[in-house]
Amino acid sequence: MMRDHEYSRFQPKSYNTRMPIFWWIRKWAHIKFIARELTSVPIALYAIVLLIHIRAVATGPEAYADFLAVLRTPISIALHAVAFLCVIFHSITWFNLAPKALVIRLGRRRLPGALIAASNYVAWIIFSATIAWIFLKW
Amino acid sequence: MPTDIILEILRYRPEIESHPRYQSYEVPFRKDWVILDALNYIKDNIDGSLSYRWSCRMGVCGSCGMMINGTPVLTCASFLEKYLPGPVRIEPLVNFPIVRDLVIDMSDFMHKLKRVKPWIIPEEEKPLSEGEYLQTPIQLAEYKQYSMCINCMLCYAACPIVGLEPGFVGPAVIALAQRYNFDNRDQGKGLRSEVLSDDDGIWECTLVGECSVVCPKAVDPAGAIQRYKVSAATEWWKSLLLPWAGR
Repeated sequence: MMRDHEYSRFQPKSYNTRMPIFWWIRKWAHIKFIARELTSVPIALYAIVLLIHIRAVATGPEAYADFLAVLRTPISIALHAVAFLCVIFHSITWFNLAPKALVIRLGRRRLPGALIAASNYVAWIIFSATIAWIFLKW
Repeated sequence: MPTDIILEILRYRPEIESHPRYQSYEVPFRKDWVILDALNYIKDNIDGSLSYRWSCRMGVCGSCGMMINGTPVLTCASFLEKYLPGPVRIEPLVNFPIVRDLVIDMSDFMHKLKRVKPWIIPEEEKPLSEGEYLQTPIQLAEYKQYSMCINCMLCYAACPIVGLEPGFVGPAVIALAQRYNFDNRDQGKGLRSEVLSDDDGIWECTLVGECSVVCPKAVDPAGAIQRYKVSAATEWWKSLLLPWAGR
């Protein structure tokens, strides 16, 4: 792309720095950001486990029993615990960012961000409770 | 209270060195001095060859942005006292080519800024005889926050995406595009979306959020970008579900 670099005619030797691979390790805010992004990996893996779960249920009682046996292994329980912690971390960090994307105005006043984040948490609790109720009841 | 403080300044003089290097200066410590005062002291009394940009000394012009101990700040708004006992590391804004010492090349930013057409684009120009375009305080409040941007580019230095993806239009430019998108006198949203919804536009942003943290004017560019993502996604769904409705 052609760019009109006004300076380049007179100062051809400007110095360009490159981002190091571990750029994110120097700042706490960047480490937190990378952690938030990485938590999506176990969440994606858990989604795959869920799909295999559904497939096992559809295949028949024998396949389902085999699948349950795999779920009971210590490695599986440990991985589920990790996925659970990641889901919690991911959800909390995302809900706290929700006020950035959602601006609600009441006249000249802007609805405080804490209220928008809080409404997300309330919705989260209600949905989780509903799902828990459906599964534990039946 | 100390009497002196050491500043480690990154220097780059292309005619004599191929890589930047640090040079230390000892300056008197004064409680009422900001970093810029200390730089001016060096320029006036120790080393007249030190180059840096500054103008207003009051956080309005946006010229004196530098990295202080790795964080982008306006040097006219950062007191030396905050960095006691020193040494204080002063570098040019990262993610920009260094022209000389603390002076960066901002032409890429200016080019990106122009691309989003940061001016009012009315659908139809009113004749002068009809008078001014009136606006209510509520209509002003919609965009006022984004209009506070002083183009200091601290958000570009804070954003790792700008460093990793040089094509990314960047936080301030998107915030300024939103400043006009939210203005009721403007109908240029469609023209700006060509740049904002492009590959180098809003979707490059992964919401690190540091742009809003360093902004000296509380513009909240991260918020501006996320709001655009929401409206762009809504538009996309609308065009998918109601293709006949038009845009």
